[in-house]
This record gives sequence, C-alpha cells and structure tokens, in this order.
Amino acid sequence: MRVKTKAYGEIDADERQLVSFPAGLLGFEQFKDYILLDAPQKPFFYLQSIDVPDLAFILIDPFLFRPDYSLDIDDDSLEEIDVARPEDVLVFSIVTVPGEGGTVTANLMGPLIINKANRLAMQTVLGDSRWRVKHDIMAELAASKG
Amino acid sequence: MLILSRRVNEKIVIGDDVIVSVVEVRGDQVKLGIEAPRNVKVFRQEVFDAIQEENKQAAAAAGAQLPLLDIPLRAKE
Repeated sequence: MRVKTKAYGEIDADERQLVSFPAGLLGFEQFKDYILLDAPQKPFFYLQSIDVPDLAFILIDPFLFRPDYSLDIDDDSLEEIDVARPEDVLVFSIVTVPGEGGTVTANLMGPLIINKANRLAMQTVLGDSRWRVKHDIMAELAASKG
Repeated sequence: MLILSRRVNEKIVIGDDVIVSVVEVRGDQVKLGIEAPRNVKVFRQEVFDAIQEENKQAAAAAGAQLPLLDIPLRAKE
C-alpha cells in the first residue's frame, strides 16, 4: 500500500501498520485511517493520516517519562474498540513540538488507546486532574530519574 | 437549542436514563448533579476544547525537528 507521508514523502506501508480510529481524533473527527511509523528518532512514532499527507502526529510512550502514569478507562469505552484482553492495549501520548526551541510537551489528558489485536483505536479523555494537555517531557523525564 | 428554567432541586430528564439536577445556585455558579449510565461520557466542555486545541497544535508541528531524549529504551513490561 502506497501512502503519502508528511515526514518521508511517498512510502510503502504494510497493512499491519494500519490503525483505524472509528471516531477520529478530537478536532479531526473526519479522518479515521492512519498508519503508525517509526520516527527518525527514538522513542518517537508518527501517526500519519492515509487520506491527508499533511496530517500527522508525533507520538510517544508516556510511561517512558512518567512511570507513574495511570489511566482509568471504563470497560464500556474499551468496547468501542473491542478490547478483549488488557495486554492488547497500547497507550500513546501525542507530542507537541513548538518551533525554535520551545518546550516539547506530551498530552497526557487525551491519550490514544490502540487495540493491537484488531488495530482499532480511540482518543480518550481522562478525568484525573493530574494529567494535563501539556507535560514537559524533558523536565518530567529528569524528575523521574531523580 | 432548548432553553428551560429550573429551580434548585428540580431535574431534567434526557432520554431514558440521564438525569440532570440543579444542586445549588450561588451567584453566577450552578452546581449540577448528573446521573447517567457509565457508557454516557460526561465532561466539562473546556476539557474537550483543550484536547481539540492541543491536537491541532500537535498536528501543525508534526513536521518539526524531534528533540533528542536521553531515555533508556527498556522493553515494555
């Protein structure tokens, strides 16, 4: 499958890289289908829209810089993406990289939940006030290392 | 949009199983009680707006240079 990407131009993507958001992402509800790619730099990933080459998000595993991160998602929500087993769930945070040396942040309030068994995904909203839309990745990484 | 007036302790029923009650009114603040099934998500509008806005900022910046992070890439447990 050929996909035009924001980062790499046109590439060959494997079906196994496909991730579908039946409800889209907040503010991008009309775009459902994405591929998950390695970013040129670990530990980042790209979530690239299949339909719009210019639409892409940078993702990170939030547990890498916030070992204390926790999500309380009710079973009814998980049913939206047919989660049968907890071990099928992958959690990513969307990263915001401002231009010119601004603070790189991750959104822990609205994480992405991917069911790797069927590659269905959703953006969920956490009610826990500890998790905000902007967490300074560098600062929290430093703090987590003590 | 339906606009209606309620007093403290009065309720509104939405559909079969959502009940919104006015718990307290103080100045320009209204405290609401919401009874809904677990599958009905109830959030403050600002929360949705904040995540939507953050998504837009993130998408706009996704072509930018990625930061170098000194993270030990341990396998996920």
